[in-house]
Amino acid sequence: MSLLSFVKWLSTCSWSINLHESQYAYPIVESIHVWTLCVFFGLAVLFDFRLLGWTMRRVPVSEMSRRLLPWTVGGFIVMVISGMLLFSAIPVRTYQNIFFRFKMLLLLLAGINIWIFHSKVYRRVETWDRDAAPPRAAKIAGALSLVLWIAIIVSGRMIAYNWFDCDRQPQPAVINSLTGCVPSATND
Amino acid sequence: MISLPLSFFKWCEQGRIGTGIRESTWMFPVIEAIHLIGLGLVAGSVLVVDLRLLGFGLVRQPADQLADEAEPWLIGSVTLMIATGTLLFLSEATKCYYSWPFWVKMTCLFLVLLFTFTVRRYAIRTKWTAGHPALAKVIALISLGLWFGVGWGGRWIGFN
Repeated sequence: MSLLSFVKWLSTCSWSINLHESQYAYPIVESIHVWTLCVFFGLAVLFDFRLLGWTMRRVPVSEMSRRLLPWTVGGFIVMVISGMLLFSAIPVRTYQNIFFRFKMLLLLLAGINIWIFHSKVYRRVETWDRDAAPPRAAKIAGALSLVLWIAIIVSGRMIAYNWFDCDRQPQPAVINSLTGCVPSATND
Repeated sequence: MISLPLSFFKWCEQGRIGTGIRESTWMFPVIEAIHLIGLGLVAGSVLVVDLRLLGFGLVRQPADQLADEAEPWLIGSVTLMIATGTLLFLSEATKCYYSWPFWVKMTCLFLVLLFTFTVRRYAIRTKWTAGHPALAKVIALISLGLWFGVGWGGRWIGFN
């Protein structure tokens, strides 16, 4: 089963149609997505700022991580669930949306950055825990995280705009190949 | 809340800036995305202190120290939000006038800024919250509740 046929099947499910057409459920889920984004992004940024030595310089890095990470993780989980609900309400269009695809790629990169940070840099945190300005590797991880999450939020917001949608042809060939559109056929 | 006359909103919308943003394809979405980043930054600098007042998060740090550290980020991100928010407003002022979530948002924004830079700031700085944990929680809940109103109203303007 290809991804496209999966999202086409998803779009025929009654709960997908109901969520898409609901007057309140969809806006509420979207508001929850934005709210948990605030919790996640706000606290993740604070931790990144600490890694960069921009704020909370007297607070040990491990303490920031231990006390704030549960909130960041909690926010992230609700964000992913609400995001999946939003996706399932408009599956085909979102799947073929260039900003959505870019966002998923950036999420993957952010995940790799977190994995490298935790498996390499953070392992030796006791050697730089109380440093006002953490070592270079930690700063790079913090800066990358900041840039990636900002780009993820921006591209997420842009999903709402239909400039590059499949049903708006003609599009440059590069756009159609990135979005997986076949201009001659209808993609609805 | 004194509601300004509709003619003022129409005048805002017809200005050069508002018209320029409205006629551009990219400007509104880009400004809105920056506005959203600003919201996240505000959330971080508010949450770290309010969570502390509620007894969560960085509980080993004194609240006044956290608030001191967070304040420049709070002021910076609120400034970013007001700047981008004003631009968004100028491009669709008439829509805002008729949108009740817009009025909820502006009321909450006015109240939360007033509360944050008077009661909340003073209570934390004088270490009054340190000696009165129950009242510290009330302050945090008022702050979070009002910020919730600001963000909710903002998101809901778009759904009207």
